[in-house]
Amino acid sequence: MQKHTIIITIPNQITILTRIIGLLCSKGCNVKNIIGAPTENPDIYKLHLEIHGSKPRVELIIKQLNNLADTLKVVDISHNTNYISRELLLVKVNDINKSSEIFQLINTFKAKLVDITRTDITIDLTGSSSKIDRFIDLLKPYGIKEFVRSGKLALKGNQ
Amino acid sequence: MTGAQILVDSLKKEGVDVIFGYPGGSVIPIFDALSHTKEINVILTRHEQGAAHAADGYARATGKVGVCIVTSGPGATNTITGIATAKMDSIPIIIISGQVQTKAIGFDAFQEVNMAGLAMPICKHNFLVKKIDELPLIIKEAFHIARSGRPGPVSIDLPVDITIASLRNYNYPKTTSLPGYKPTIKANPHQIKKLVEAINHAQRPLIYGGGGIIGSGASQEVLNLIEKTKIPIVITLMGLGSVPSDHRLFLGMPGMHGKPSANYAMNDCDLLIALGARFDDRVTCNLKTFAKRAKIAHVDIDPAEIGKNVKTDISVIGDLKNVITTMMPLLKPGKWNEWNRKTDALKKKYTLKYNQKQNEEILPQYVIDRISHLVDTDTIIATDVGQHQMWTALFFNHRKPRSLLTSGGLGTMGFGLPAAMGASIAYPERTVISISGDGSIQMNIQELATCAINKIPVKIAVLNNSYLGMVRQWQELFWKGNYAKTCLKQGPDCPKNCSGPRKNCPYVYRPNLVKVAEANGVKGLRTEKPSEVDSVLEEGLKTRGPVLMEFMVKPLENVYPMVPPGKSIDELILGKD
Repeated sequence: MQKHTIIITIPNQITILTRIIGLLCSKGCNVKNIIGAPTENPDIYKLHLEIHGSKPRVELIIKQLNNLADTLKVVDISHNTNYISRELLLVKVNDINKSSEIFQLINTFKAKLVDITRTDITIDLTGSSSKIDRFIDLLKPYGIKEFVRSGKLALKGNQ
Repeated sequence: MTGAQILVDSLKKEGVDVIFGYPGGSVIPIFDALSHTKEINVILTRHEQGAAHAADGYARATGKVGVCIVTSGPGATNTITGIATAKMDSIPIIIISGQVQTKAIGFDAFQEVNMAGLAMPICKHNFLVKKIDELPLIIKEAFHIARSGRPGPVSIDLPVDITIASLRNYNYPKTTSLPGYKPTIKANPHQIKKLVEAINHAQRPLIYGGGGIIGSGASQEVLNLIEKTKIPIVITLMGLGSVPSDHRLFLGMPGMHGKPSANYAMNDCDLLIALGARFDDRVTCNLKTFAKRAKIAHVDIDPAEIGKNVKTDISVIGDLKNVITTMMPLLKPGKWNEWNRKTDALKKKYTLKYNQKQNEEILPQYVIDRISHLVDTDTIIATDVGQHQMWTALFFNHRKPRSLLTSGGLGTMGFGLPAAMGASIAYPERTVISISGDGSIQMNIQELATCAINKIPVKIAVLNNSYLGMVRQWQELFWKGNYAKTCLKQGPDCPKNCSGPRKNCPYVYRPNLVKVAEANGVKGLRTEKPSEVDSVLEEGLKTRGPVLMEFMVKPLENVYPMVPPGKSIDELILGKD
């Protein structure tokens, strides 16, 4: 089982999303996360998906996604180093008594303090998925009340 | 023009001359518009599944797009099996289903069902029309998608308010707007070169042809190819007829019920050239041992088929006809060599046999054999699914492409009669025979009335063994002979784990198929005697209208050869004879 990040370019139509999800389900594909948003062209959407599966299964899924009459482009960027990828994290931490240590982590990771109340601190962090994994790991001792992460977004680099 | 009129005009522009359908509340405007046109013949089936299969049979026989129109809700859901059947075998059909009014969609209106959602996983593509302005382009695109590339079914869900709305500036579009849909027709020359080199250097090449040969219309090209190179060929169920079964290079159908010559050659060859075939599990059997001595070359129009089941060494993506035409001048002419002598010897050693003379009961193989001898080369055969289907594949002499209509992928019982109807409508001058089992025929038997009323002269040959024979065969071989619910005569007093016909079995076969035929206005004939098989067939074939010929065959006859599930393709059970 491997993690694959796939970018699907589609016209802006909700039925296409249904078709894509339907295809993934019918192939027994494990979708870890999915983001869909418009691009510089408002009629064109890009879906970023992270899926788990064996290489042959993922290859088949990509070919079949490409076969759909309305997908414009499907790329697997998992092994392509030429992509810049980022993820967004929003996290709420409980242990307000150790706020100085938390602030130190925020500074080290170049995260942002979004909100602070008597009971919790809310932080946002943008970065690579592994950076976000590490940040979450380091915050654990301070009691993570809740977190959400966006899943990976990627853009082709200039090289 | 109204939406319904636009639909009818668009269908005419796409060359549609027959539609199979069933009206209902939300498609009244469409049927109304159809009733005002002379160019389109509308056949009212007796069930929507029949309509879908009839459109499919029409498409298989002609190569054109088959069209079926049904109402919303149950009308739409009844076509699901038909759509899935067409999808599995890559058959171009268009299913137009009515839908409740646009404003009522999602409110659980009467006869509302989410057809777009239901059809999505079993269609090549589907549309839900939301505005009348979209309708012409949607129809254009539906036909284009259905028939181009790897063909397949396309569903159009059409709300009733759109069929009665008007559009002022209607023009049927000349082009489609599908930037994401570009099937590869012309293959990459580099890929072709690699394949040509492999063929020219192979010692024991074998062609494994599938339904893609027929889909691509490449039968003549394949024939030219094998005759030039002398490469022997095996052809799957879906491709039968693309090369005549009596061709000296034809080794038979491969797979679970394949001919030994075909199966042994597959595991012995050093280059297996798949042409429009998809390495289906009924062909490959155990994948771990399949064609282990061979390099695998795969020519297919669908890139998603390459490497799906079997690792491919050489892949060529493109239209088969185009690929073969490009390859032909580059291929070295072959001579009848050691490999040909070997495959030919296999073919002669393992001929399929049955012994009618030693049986008082009719053997099903004998009926198929006699049909094959009595009909002319133009005959179209449709089958249902089960033992009779395999016997037809094995014992009928398939002579022409698009002459065997059978549900290979989905294995849909009840396919035969409506598919035969579709073919007969397309070719009224040709003999169309639906070969069926007693189980299968009952799954769409309501279409007998359609045949009678519309004077569709389908000849139905039912091999009645009073069992769901193929399942019973598996029970005999792999489930200790416990014929659980496969005997169609089983009544409440029968032992639950019956293991075969008892001497005093009190039950008679129901229904009386001859009477059912006659009640529907179809001539019914029956025989239990081998000596009468020919006379029944002759009488049936010379009858002008539809006929049902019931042959009471030996109940416990099995289909052999057979590769048990999970075994290697060359581990065949050859049968008793």
